[in-house]
Amino acid sequence: MSDPMKNYEITFIVDPVLSGEEIKATAQTYVDLLTNEGCKIVHVDEMGLRQLAYPINKRTSGVYYCIEFIVETGELISQMELALRRDERIMRFLTVKLDKYGVKYNEDKRNGLIGTVKKKPKKSDKDNKRDNRGRRDNRDRRDRDNRSQNNNNKDKADNQAKSEEKKTEAGE
Amino acid sequence: MASRDDIKFLSNPKIGQKKQKYCRFRKFGIKHIDYKDPDFLLQFVNQQGKILPRRITGNSLKYQRKVATAIKRARHLAMLPYVSDLLK
Repeated sequence: MSDPMKNYEITFIVDPVLSGEEIKATAQTYVDLLTNEGCKIVHVDEMGLRQLAYPINKRTSGVYYCIEFIVETGELISQMELALRRDERIMRFLTVKLDKYGVKYNEDKRNGLIGTVKKKPKKSDKDNKRDNRGRRDNRDRRDRDNRSQNNNNKDKADNQAKSEEKKTEAGE
Repeated sequence: MASRDDIKFLSNPKIGQKKQKYCRFRKFGIKHIDYKDPDFLLQFVNQQGKILPRRITGNSLKYQRKVATAIKRARHLAMLPYVSDLLK
Protein backbone atom coordinates (compact mmCIF):
# COMPACT_ATOMS: atom_id res chain seq x y z
CA MET A 1 0.00 0.00 0.00
CA SER A 2 1.41 3.33 -0.97
CA ASP A 3 1.25 6.47 1.08
CA PRO A 4 -1.97 8.31 0.17
CA MET A 5 -0.58 11.73 1.08
CA LYS A 6 1.04 13.63 -1.74
CA ASN A 7 3.64 16.35 -1.58
CA TYR A 8 3.30 19.30 -3.89
CA GLU A 9 5.28 22.42 -4.41
CA ILE A 10 3.95 25.64 -5.93
CA THR A 11 6.43 28.28 -7.01
CA PHE A 12 5.13 31.63 -8.17
CA ILE A 13 6.45 35.06 -9.07
CA VAL A 14 4.72 38.12 -7.63
CA ASP A 15 4.78 41.48 -9.36
CA PRO A 16 7.58 43.55 -7.75
CA VAL A 17 5.79 46.87 -8.38
CA LEU A 18 3.49 46.22 -5.40
CA SER A 19 4.52 47.41 -1.97
CA GLY A 20 6.19 45.03 0.45
CA GLU A 21 3.03 44.48 2.47
CA GLU A 22 0.92 43.81 -0.60
CA ILE A 23 3.39 41.22 -1.80
CA LYS A 24 3.28 39.48 1.57
CA ALA A 25 -0.49 39.67 1.61
CA THR A 26 -0.63 38.04 -1.83
CA ALA A 27 1.48 35.14 -0.68
CA GLN A 28 -0.56 34.87 2.49
CA THR A 29 -3.86 34.58 0.59
CA TYR A 30 -2.60 31.45 -1.14
CA VAL A 31 -1.28 29.98 2.06
CA ASP A 32 -4.71 30.60 3.61
CA LEU A 33 -6.45 29.14 0.59
CA LEU A 34 -4.44 25.95 0.95
CA THR A 35 -4.97 25.63 4.70
CA ASN A 36 -8.70 26.17 4.26
CA GLU A 37 -8.78 23.26 1.85
CA GLY A 38 -7.25 21.03 4.51
CA CYS A 39 -3.65 21.03 3.34
CA LYS A 40 -0.74 20.73 5.66
CA ILE A 41 1.77 23.46 4.83
CA VAL A 42 5.27 22.09 5.16
CA HIS A 43 7.20 25.23 4.39
CA VAL A 44 6.79 28.64 2.78
CA ASP A 45 10.03 29.70 1.19
CA GLU A 46 10.41 33.39 0.49
CA MET A 47 13.15 33.58 -2.09
CA GLY A 48 12.89 37.33 -2.36
CA LEU A 49 13.45 39.72 -5.23
CA ARG A 50 15.36 38.18 -8.10
CA GLN A 51 16.38 39.30 -11.53
CA LEU A 52 14.43 37.51 -14.26
CA ALA A 53 16.34 35.82 -17.06
CA TYR A 54 14.00 37.42 -19.59
CA PRO A 55 11.31 40.07 -19.24
CA ILE A 56 7.76 38.95 -18.33
CA ASN A 57 4.95 41.51 -18.77
CA LYS A 58 7.64 44.16 -19.25
CA ARG A 59 9.09 43.50 -15.81
CA THR A 60 12.72 42.54 -15.36
CA SER A 61 12.55 41.35 -11.76
CA GLY A 62 10.12 39.46 -9.58
CA VAL A 63 9.50 38.25 -6.04
CA TYR A 64 9.71 34.48 -5.82
CA TYR A 65 7.69 32.40 -3.38
CA CYS A 66 7.66 28.65 -2.95
CA ILE A 67 5.00 26.80 -0.94
CA GLU A 68 5.47 23.15 -0.13
CA PHE A 69 2.41 21.31 1.17
CA ILE A 70 0.93 17.90 1.78
CA VAL A 71 -2.58 16.94 0.68
CA GLU A 72 -4.52 13.72 0.19
CA THR A 73 -5.94 14.32 -3.27
CA GLY A 74 -4.79 16.50 -6.10
CA GLU A 75 -8.28 17.85 -6.76
CA LEU A 76 -7.62 21.25 -5.31
CA ILE A 77 -4.64 21.81 -7.57
CA SER A 78 -6.80 22.83 -10.52
CA GLN A 79 -8.74 25.16 -8.24
CA MET A 80 -5.53 26.64 -6.94
CA GLU A 81 -4.12 27.12 -10.43
CA LEU A 82 -7.30 28.81 -11.57
CA ALA A 83 -6.99 31.28 -8.71
CA LEU A 84 -3.36 31.94 -9.58
CA ARG A 85 -4.19 32.40 -13.24
CA ARG A 86 -6.92 34.92 -12.47
CA ASP A 87 -4.71 36.91 -10.17
CA GLU A 88 -3.06 39.87 -11.90
CA ARG A 89 -0.41 40.15 -9.22
CA ILE A 90 1.04 36.75 -10.12
CA MET A 91 3.36 36.80 -13.10
CA ARG A 92 4.20 33.08 -13.35
CA PHE A 93 3.56 29.93 -11.38
CA LEU A 94 4.58 26.30 -11.48
CA THR A 95 3.12 23.35 -9.62
CA VAL A 96 5.27 20.28 -9.15
CA LYS A 97 4.55 17.00 -7.45
CA LEU A 98 7.52 15.95 -5.37
CA ASP A 99 8.77 12.40 -5.23
CA LYS A 100 10.40 11.02 -2.09
CA TYR A 101 13.83 12.30 -3.13
CA GLY A 102 12.41 15.76 -3.68
CA VAL A 103 10.90 15.78 -0.19
CA LYS A 104 14.18 14.70 1.31
CA TYR A 105 16.09 17.26 -0.72
CA ASN A 106 13.87 20.10 0.50
CA GLU A 107 14.20 18.92 4.07
CA ASP A 108 17.98 18.83 3.77
CA LYS A 109 17.97 22.24 2.19
CA ARG A 110 15.99 23.69 5.08
CA ASN A 111 18.41 22.14 7.53
CA GLY A 112 21.27 23.76 5.68
CA LEU A 113 22.83 20.49 4.55
CA ILE A 114 22.93 21.58 0.94
CA GLY A 115 25.38 24.10 -0.35
CA THR A 116 27.18 24.71 2.92
CA VAL A 117 30.13 22.34 2.78
CA LYS A 118 33.11 23.44 0.77
CA LYS A 119 35.47 20.51 1.14
CA LYS A 120 35.74 17.87 -1.49
CA PRO A 121 33.80 14.76 -0.51
CA LYS A 122 35.92 11.92 0.85
CA LYS A 123 35.18 8.31 0.19
CA SER A 124 34.73 7.53 3.89
CA ASP A 125 31.76 9.86 4.47
CA LYS A 126 30.14 9.04 1.18
CA ASP A 127 27.55 6.77 2.72
CA ASN A 128 26.23 8.87 5.60
CA LYS A 129 25.59 12.13 3.75
CA ARG A 130 24.35 11.42 0.33
CA ASP A 131 22.04 14.15 -0.81
CA ASN A 132 24.17 17.18 -0.19
CA ARG A 133 26.63 16.53 -2.92
CA GLY A 134 25.30 18.69 -5.69
CA ARG A 135 26.53 22.02 -4.49
CA ARG A 136 29.79 20.71 -3.23
CA ASP A 137 30.61 19.19 -6.53
CA ASN A 138 29.63 22.42 -8.14
CA ARG A 139 32.03 24.46 -6.08
CA ASP A 140 34.88 22.07 -6.55
CA ARG A 141 34.37 22.21 -10.24
CA ARG A 142 34.47 25.96 -10.26
CA ASP A 143 37.67 25.98 -8.28
CA ARG A 144 39.17 23.50 -10.65
CA ASP A 145 38.12 25.56 -13.64
CA ASN A 146 39.72 28.63 -12.18
CA ARG A 147 42.89 26.75 -11.50
CA SER A 148 43.09 25.36 -14.99
CA GLN A 149 42.54 28.82 -16.39
CA ASN A 150 45.43 30.11 -14.34
CA ASN A 151 47.58 27.30 -15.62
CA ASN A 152 46.66 28.14 -19.17
CA ASN A 153 47.62 31.73 -18.59
CA LYS A 154 50.94 30.59 -17.19
CA ASP A 155 51.56 28.42 -20.21
CA LYS A 156 50.79 31.30 -22.50
CA ALA A 157 53.18 33.55 -20.61
CA ASP A 158 55.85 30.89 -20.83
CA ASN A 159 55.31 30.47 -24.52
CA GLN A 160 55.58 34.16 -25.06
CA ALA A 161 58.81 34.30 -23.11
CA LYS A 162 60.15 31.45 -25.20
CA SER A 163 59.27 33.01 -28.49
CA GLU A 164 60.93 36.22 -27.40
CA GLU A 165 64.07 34.30 -26.53
CA LYS A 166 64.05 32.71 -29.95
CA LYS A 167 63.70 36.08 -31.56
CA THR A 168 66.68 37.46 -29.70
CA GLU A 169 68.71 34.43 -30.71
CA ALA A 170 67.78 34.93 -34.33
CA GLY A 171 68.72 38.57 -34.04
CA GLU A 172 72.20 37.69 -32.83
CA MET B 1 69.83 19.87 -13.39
CA ALA B 2 66.56 20.43 -15.14
CA SER B 3 63.75 18.58 -13.48
CA ARG B 4 60.46 17.91 -15.21
CA ASP B 5 58.95 21.08 -13.80
CA ASP B 6 61.56 23.19 -15.53
CA ILE B 7 60.82 21.84 -18.99
CA LYS B 8 58.55 24.14 -20.90
CA PHE B 9 56.19 22.70 -23.46
CA LEU B 10 55.00 24.62 -26.46
CA SER B 11 51.65 22.84 -26.46
CA ASN B 12 49.70 21.53 -23.50
CA PRO B 13 51.15 18.05 -22.82
CA LYS B 14 47.77 16.82 -21.55
CA ILE B 15 46.13 17.33 -24.91
CA GLY B 16 46.40 13.76 -26.16
CA GLN B 17 45.19 12.13 -22.95
CA LYS B 18 41.60 11.00 -22.73
CA LYS B 19 39.73 11.89 -19.59
CA GLN B 20 37.22 9.36 -18.37
CA LYS B 21 33.71 10.86 -18.25
CA TYR B 22 31.32 9.89 -15.51
CA CYS B 23 27.82 10.64 -14.35
CA ARG B 24 28.21 12.96 -11.40
CA PHE B 25 24.73 12.12 -10.10
CA ARG B 26 25.59 8.43 -9.88
CA LYS B 27 29.03 9.09 -8.50
CA PHE B 28 27.92 11.41 -5.71
CA GLY B 29 24.51 9.90 -5.11
CA ILE B 30 22.42 12.93 -6.02
CA LYS B 31 18.85 11.78 -6.34
CA HIS B 32 16.95 14.99 -6.86
CA ILE B 33 17.75 17.87 -9.18
CA ASP B 34 16.34 21.18 -8.02
CA TYR B 35 14.88 23.45 -10.68
CA LYS B 36 15.16 26.43 -8.31
CA ASP B 37 18.94 26.33 -8.38
CA PRO B 38 20.02 28.04 -11.62
CA ASP B 39 23.69 28.15 -10.68
CA PHE B 40 23.84 24.39 -10.59
CA LEU B 41 21.87 23.95 -13.80
CA LEU B 42 24.16 26.38 -15.56
CA GLN B 43 26.71 23.59 -15.83
CA PHE B 44 24.46 21.71 -18.21
CA VAL B 45 23.76 24.42 -20.75
CA ASN B 46 26.00 26.06 -23.33
CA GLN B 47 26.52 29.74 -23.93
CA GLN B 48 23.31 30.06 -25.89
CA GLY B 49 21.36 28.43 -23.08
CA LYS B 50 20.90 25.14 -24.93
CA ILE B 51 20.96 21.88 -23.03
CA LEU B 52 24.27 20.08 -23.47
CA PRO B 53 24.18 16.53 -24.85
CA ARG B 54 25.11 13.50 -22.83
CA ARG B 55 28.22 12.87 -24.82
CA ILE B 56 29.68 16.06 -23.37
CA THR B 57 28.34 16.07 -19.81
CA GLY B 58 28.68 12.30 -19.32
CA ASN B 59 25.35 12.02 -17.50
CA SER B 60 23.54 8.70 -17.48
CA LEU B 61 20.29 8.61 -19.39
CA LYS B 62 18.16 8.63 -16.25
CA TYR B 63 19.73 11.79 -14.88
CA GLN B 64 20.05 13.49 -18.24
CA ARG B 65 16.26 13.29 -18.48
CA LYS B 66 15.90 14.78 -15.01
CA VAL B 67 18.37 17.54 -15.82
CA ALA B 68 16.41 18.34 -18.97
CA THR B 69 13.10 18.65 -17.10
CA ALA B 70 14.73 20.73 -14.38
CA ILE B 71 16.19 23.11 -16.96
CA LYS B 72 12.85 23.42 -18.72
CA ARG B 73 11.10 24.21 -15.44
CA ALA B 74 13.74 26.77 -14.57
CA ARG B 75 13.21 28.39 -17.96
CA HIS B 76 9.49 28.65 -17.36
CA LEU B 77 10.15 30.44 -14.07
CA ALA B 78 12.62 32.82 -15.75
CA MET B 79 15.53 31.48 -13.75
CA LEU B 80 17.30 30.42 -16.94
CA PRO B 81 16.87 32.09 -20.33
CA TYR B 82 15.26 30.33 -23.27
CA VAL B 83 17.69 31.99 -25.63
CA SER B 84 20.67 34.13 -24.82
CA ASP B 85 24.07 35.21 -25.98
CA LEU B 86 27.18 34.90 -23.91
CA LEU B 87 25.56 33.26 -20.93
CA LYS B 88 28.25 32.49 -18.31
